[in-house]
Amino acid sequence: MSKFTEDDLKKDLENKEYEYGFYTNIESDTFPIGLNEDIVRAISKKKEEPEWMTQWRLEAFKYWKQMQEPDWANVNYEKPDFQKISYYSAPSKKPKYDSLDEVDPELLDTFKRLGISIDEQKKLAGVAVDIVMDSVSVATTFKKTLAEKGIIFCSISEAIREYPELVKKYLGTVVPQQDNFYAALNSAVFSDGSFCYIPKGVRCPMELSTYFRINQAGTGQFERTLVIADEDSYVSYLEGCTAPSRDENQLHAAVVELIALDGAEIKYSTVQNWYPGNKEGKGGVYNFVTKRGICHKNSKISWTQVETGSAVTWKYPSCILKGDNSVGEFYSIAVTNNYQQADTGTKMIHLGKNTKSTIISKGISAGKSQNSYRGLVQIHSRAHNARNFSQCDSLLMGNKCGAHTFPYIEAKNKSAHIEHEATTSKIGEDQIFYCNQRGIDTEKAIALIVNGFSKEVLNKLPMEFAVEAQKLLEISLEGSVG
Amino acid sequence: MSLKDKLVSAYFAFEDNLEGNSPIHKMRNKAMKRFEEKGFPTKKEEAWKYTSLNSVIKHDYSIFPTREHNVELKDVRKFFLHDIDTFKIVFVDGIYSSFLSETTHDNMDICLLSAALSKPKYSAVIEAYFNKIAQKDSITSLNTAFAKEGAYIYIPRNKEVEKPIEIINFATGNESALMMQPRNLIVVGENAHVQIIERHQSLTENPVFTNSVTEIFAEKRAFVDYYKVQNDKPNASLLDSTFINQDTESNCAVHTFSLGGKLTRNNLHFYQTGNHCESTLKGISILNNKQHVDHHTLVKHQAPHCVSHQDYKGLYGGASTGVFNGKVFVEKQAQKINAYQQNDNILIDDKATINAKPQLEIFADDVKCSHGCTIGQFDEDALFYLRSRGIGKKEAQALLMYAFANTVLESVKIPELKRRINKLLATKIGVSIGFNV
Repeated sequence: MSKFTEDDLKKDLENKEYEYGFYTNIESDTFPIGLNEDIVRAISKKKEEPEWMTQWRLEAFKYWKQMQEPDWANVNYEKPDFQKISYYSAPSKKPKYDSLDEVDPELLDTFKRLGISIDEQKKLAGVAVDIVMDSVSVATTFKKTLAEKGIIFCSISEAIREYPELVKKYLGTVVPQQDNFYAALNSAVFSDGSFCYIPKGVRCPMELSTYFRINQAGTGQFERTLVIADEDSYVSYLEGCTAPSRDENQLHAAVVELIALDGAEIKYSTVQNWYPGNKEGKGGVYNFVTKRGICHKNSKISWTQVETGSAVTWKYPSCILKGDNSVGEFYSIAVTNNYQQADTGTKMIHLGKNTKSTIISKGISAGKSQNSYRGLVQIHSRAHNARNFSQCDSLLMGNKCGAHTFPYIEAKNKSAHIEHEATTSKIGEDQIFYCNQRGIDTEKAIALIVNGFSKEVLNKLPMEFAVEAQKLLEISLEGSVG
Repeated sequence: MSLKDKLVSAYFAFEDNLEGNSPIHKMRNKAMKRFEEKGFPTKKEEAWKYTSLNSVIKHDYSIFPTREHNVELKDVRKFFLHDIDTFKIVFVDGIYSSFLSETTHDNMDICLLSAALSKPKYSAVIEAYFNKIAQKDSITSLNTAFAKEGAYIYIPRNKEVEKPIEIINFATGNESALMMQPRNLIVVGENAHVQIIERHQSLTENPVFTNSVTEIFAEKRAFVDYYKVQNDKPNASLLDSTFINQDTESNCAVHTFSLGGKLTRNNLHFYQTGNHCESTLKGISILNNKQHVDHHTLVKHQAPHCVSHQDYKGLYGGASTGVFNGKVFVEKQAQKINAYQQNDNILIDDKATINAKPQLEIFADDVKCSHGCTIGQFDEDALFYLRSRGIGKKEAQALLMYAFANTVLESVKIPELKRRINKLLATKIGVSIGFNV
């Protein structure tokens, strides 16, 4: 078999989209393109949702129709035509390939370097897998342990059917339907996602991750996640994976809502490595995500993200620090190469007394990419003794890329303590020289320095993720130095 | 009738008495058109997100003063830095006051824009510089349309101006509400040195609205030291737009002292077009009651090996609002830039608000850019230290305020001005601390 190159893949993907556009009914699970009230109803019906959910979606759709696509972000892209997208397609049951030999060797090489097991590689690349696969049984064991503790972890459609009170109580409370254009779109058409509930006082014994959920129904492009940590509970949730995901969907508009009740702690980690487009900047995924968490008394939400993929990223994981003594954290690494564009950051809204927030953002831009940090720290008048520390560092490689910082700081309380600092620099020649002198070649030296630069964030990732993320940084920046 | 409509109709009357069909006139027409399209900026615009002009433009301002007003020297002497040791260009209600001014044509021009715009001997300079770097936004355009009077300063090459130049705009308030639109043009030739102090002063409690635009051109190795003293009456509002173009190896510094006024908006833009430029932007804001100050700075690095340094301090009491929006823009070709931006704020009272937005936009890789922004209170330990040595609470706080503002004050190069500002700060803070800082 001849080498399957990036361009072939692109062609492949293009053809696929083409197929999509004109195919409607080969598998009854794919809807016709376009979006209207009937489609929203149909999605809801397909999911066997109760009437209140259908109404909720329709309401969101109503808002969405009145909204404009936002254009304030520091990114340029061709706006997707929302009437040319098929809003529901169940994951194809047919595997893409029959064996690993057919998969793009470049992809396999990346897997190998990231240290992903063969079974997982198969899954990630879309290869047909044996029914008795390790992780399936692992998944079952996991489920058992979780059930014993009373933890609910399932797909959101399942939750809507099985636990309607919980969903009804919390869905849309943090990110309302009318919050923004993409959130409204997501609320109207979300296909699936995950739901997680940790009961009072329970410490979730393992990292909940999408890794093993991959077996279950795929989540599609409009993912909806709802995590509820009841009083004094703890959960660490991982989303995405380090492996390059060759998703053919152009547009991803996900919504994540976190609810930390009194004394609870949620740690949410994301590694995103979607198809960033080819070296000329063609293709690639648009990633428009709304992520927000609300902290009640004495609770804590911590966002950690490593963003290396997607052609356009538009993402601001935020914390509403409503309860007294609550804590919000945001740790981010955003790497852009070639023609990628990222506009990412966070919002920390301080409402309660003695609330604390920390923002550490590291941006690395190479090639012809644009990397922006956009953040808001808001101290409301009743938030006495609020404390914020923000640090945004950017690293530039080459003079064709750009690094931007747009912090907004608003303080309405005199007892607020806010510090913000940002720096922009390049990798020092002396640092590289130092490494070279000790027999480390330039490429490795850069990886070393970049790792050092991002260490504060990498340290916050769960262990196994951190190792992979570190390698991922290395791979993403490959060939960017010249 | 809204102020905008009034201005638009006033323009037609104004136009008739103008210089005829000159290029300047065309410029005015174009500018007026832009203003007509855009109107006064609103909070919906990103650049005006934190500043609303509604409370200012609601008044019924007279756009042209109906008659000339005189002020007595004894009433305004306290606003001058020196009686004789400075050049002065003084305007009363927007009209030049030859009685109060001290201008010169001796080897340099320190005179009036109205003269420069009308007399042919200045036409070469006007053509080369007038309205060349002013932004095309709505308030600057409005000023361009009505630009008639202001300071015209031309310093030829190798000339060091021996004493500071004061540009002072008085408003007498004999009108019930007055709008003024001064326009200054300052050209500093190669190797020339100049120090300028600009001041807007209302002598009345009636509302005054000033929309001032200043263009400054610093040629090669020119040295410009500019001070803005903004300590106006509580009913005076000021929109100040200053644009500075710097050529190779020039050095420009602007200090802004915002201590009074109802609403003050400072748009300060630096364009570094030559190598090895140095720009300094510093400011102190001390506000009270319902005052509002908005510092909007832009440093555009367009050439390599340049330095910019920004340092803004704010002390906000009462229900005042402070805004700092600083932007450092580094273009692709501007390598080896060192840009520094610092904004520190202290909120003194519960109802005070500060909104800060320090931005960096960087397209070159070999640069050193950093910014820092803090919001905090007095250091409790430092206060305790002072009080344990028998210094009263208020005095201790005042001392700390001085220390806080001192990094900005220390680079003021005119000793008399420094002394005055120190005194102003002391009255502002409300204590006398018995020694000079």
